[in-house]
Amino acid sequence: MSCQLASDSILYANGIYRVVYEIVGVVLPCWVAYAIAGLVFAFILVNAVLLGAAAITWGERRLLGRFQNRVGPNRWGPFGLFQPIADLVKLLTKEDLRPDGSDRVVFSLVPVLMVAPLILMTAVLPFAKNTALASLNVGVLYILAVSSITSVAIFMAGWSSNNRYAMFGAARAVAVLISYEIPVVLSLLGVVMVAASMSLGTIVEAQALPFFLVQPLAFFVFMAGMSAELNRSPFDVAEAESEIIAGYHTEYSGVRFALIQAAEFGGVGVVAAITATLFLGGWSGPWSEYLGWLWFLIKTGIIVFLFIWFRATYPRLRIDQIMAFSWKFLLPLAMVNLIAVTLEVFLLRGDDGVLTVTDLAIMGVVNLAVTVIAIAVFGNLIKERVSFRTRQPQNVVVPGVSTIEVI
Amino acid sequence: MYGLAMIKGLMVTLKNLTRKPFTIQYPEERAKQHPRFRGEEFVWYEERCTGCASCAKYCPLGIIKIETSPSGTMIPEGGKYRLEVFDIELQRCMFCGLCVEACPYDALFMGSGFEQGQYSRKNMVITIDQLRNAEKHPSTWYRPQLEGYEGEADSFRRRPTISQGDSRFSYDPRGGPPLGWREVGRESWRWHQHEKAGMRFEQDNEGTDTRGEGPDPSVRKDDEAA
Repeated sequence: MSCQLASDSILYANGIYRVVYEIVGVVLPCWVAYAIAGLVFAFILVNAVLLGAAAITWGERRLLGRFQNRVGPNRWGPFGLFQPIADLVKLLTKEDLRPDGSDRVVFSLVPVLMVAPLILMTAVLPFAKNTALASLNVGVLYILAVSSITSVAIFMAGWSSNNRYAMFGAARAVAVLISYEIPVVLSLLGVVMVAASMSLGTIVEAQALPFFLVQPLAFFVFMAGMSAELNRSPFDVAEAESEIIAGYHTEYSGVRFALIQAAEFGGVGVVAAITATLFLGGWSGPWSEYLGWLWFLIKTGIIVFLFIWFRATYPRLRIDQIMAFSWKFLLPLAMVNLIAVTLEVFLLRGDDGVLTVTDLAIMGVVNLAVTVIAIAVFGNLIKERVSFRTRQPQNVVVPGVSTIEVI
Repeated sequence: MYGLAMIKGLMVTLKNLTRKPFTIQYPEERAKQHPRFRGEEFVWYEERCTGCASCAKYCPLGIIKIETSPSGTMIPEGGKYRLEVFDIELQRCMFCGLCVEACPYDALFMGSGFEQGQYSRKNMVITIDQLRNAEKHPSTWYRPQLEGYEGEADSFRRRPTISQGDSRFSYDPRGGPPLGWREVGRESWRWHQHEKAGMRFEQDNEGTDTRGEGPDPSVRKDDEAA
């Protein structure tokens, strides 16, 4: 007995899935083969996220060290590569603490809820040509929907901890997450419009010219918004150590803390992978289409490096500055990008609705100018004029009163 | 223009990324120690010590314990005792260096070590045998005559120190060779040619006592050159 996927199945386009399905299907019933193929792929994805998180903790600490003229962890294994293992062993052997008065069920659910969306998000990521667990035709929408679960998990963590610092952190995190969701979604609209599809695979194929060249403004808004959604510096008020201990995960320890950290760093990896797919052309690269996974990894690594670079460079913003940055700066920029891209797509596309490489190049040049002008204009609009001089007291004349000094 | 400063900031960190790390990986490599570092492991030169116990008297904490008995040599001058006990209780030492300042014969020096961690307080007491047998790496704390020291132990030459800028730091207490008692004195070399209080001439290889002999020609040459 041999099983063949019907060519109209959404899993048909997935090379690895089809191969596993057909090999296993030789000896087992088709529905078992279907499940096994899915499990194999899911296993790969879960390990990719968690091992990626481990690799990113190592890479981040090494790179931050070098950014600050330090060395970073280098004692365990070559270049300190085994440091994540040592960290994990340490965390696993720690006492599992639950604060008194916490909501036990919610408190225990949080680590799972933090990691699950990341693994779910990878389901639609095309790692190579025709290689994704599910090539959904609404992939971008799916990613945006699933990634919002994180904000719920963060608020659950803050609420269930019975700790004010955790609650403050959670409130800040949710405020930041909600604010930055909007510019991110608007910037992705431009991408979807140019690719004329929400499927990530189609978006990759549409990038004859990588979209970060076609829409630099959208790339900028997406990167800034995503650093905020990941609670990373310079938007890391949610876990600002100097103010509120560790924010929403103050009360977590041991293996739960390990999972939350894995979610944080795995989030960097997954978001970098999504960014690479949407803006850097994903698996597409020169030479051979079988090297797709390599290009994908390289591009993801570049984005991860960018995130680490930002973290090493920028100091933490105040919460009002973060809000202003989102609502007064990123949101208008996203809208400008949306309008510009809409007009360009409307004017440039041919009768069959397809944008050629030339069209994309024209869009890139125009959008670069739009980017520079928009950043300059809106940047000057929100620029705070900070004066370090103390204000001179003014004499205000109030009727009936002689003079009041207002400082 | 708005945003340019952010790019400038990114460039600053990128420049730092390409630099060599500042870190010195301590157990494998060591930073060059400052010569006046007041370290543990006091350096004691028995040949210079008269057993006057000035160090014990001046110690604000009273942690130096000295027991002496009359020595067979130098009885007429009355300036010499044989030391039987010389205990320094390091666990209470605050490294003020007053014992070193008090020593009239340059017999006691601050050490240059900092790795005397012990699991028990009993082990923190430095005994006379440890002081005798330890490698002598004296610190130049209160002993500025060492700061011009450079090179081999036998070719010691006193040099002006402060005027020569960095030569003050040329003396590396930890990295350099251990110093013998002849090399660490503040007094003129000729001072050693006649038996004085605080001198314990060891027997040289021929078994003859060098006491009372004329000045060593090599030493005199050195002294005249200085």
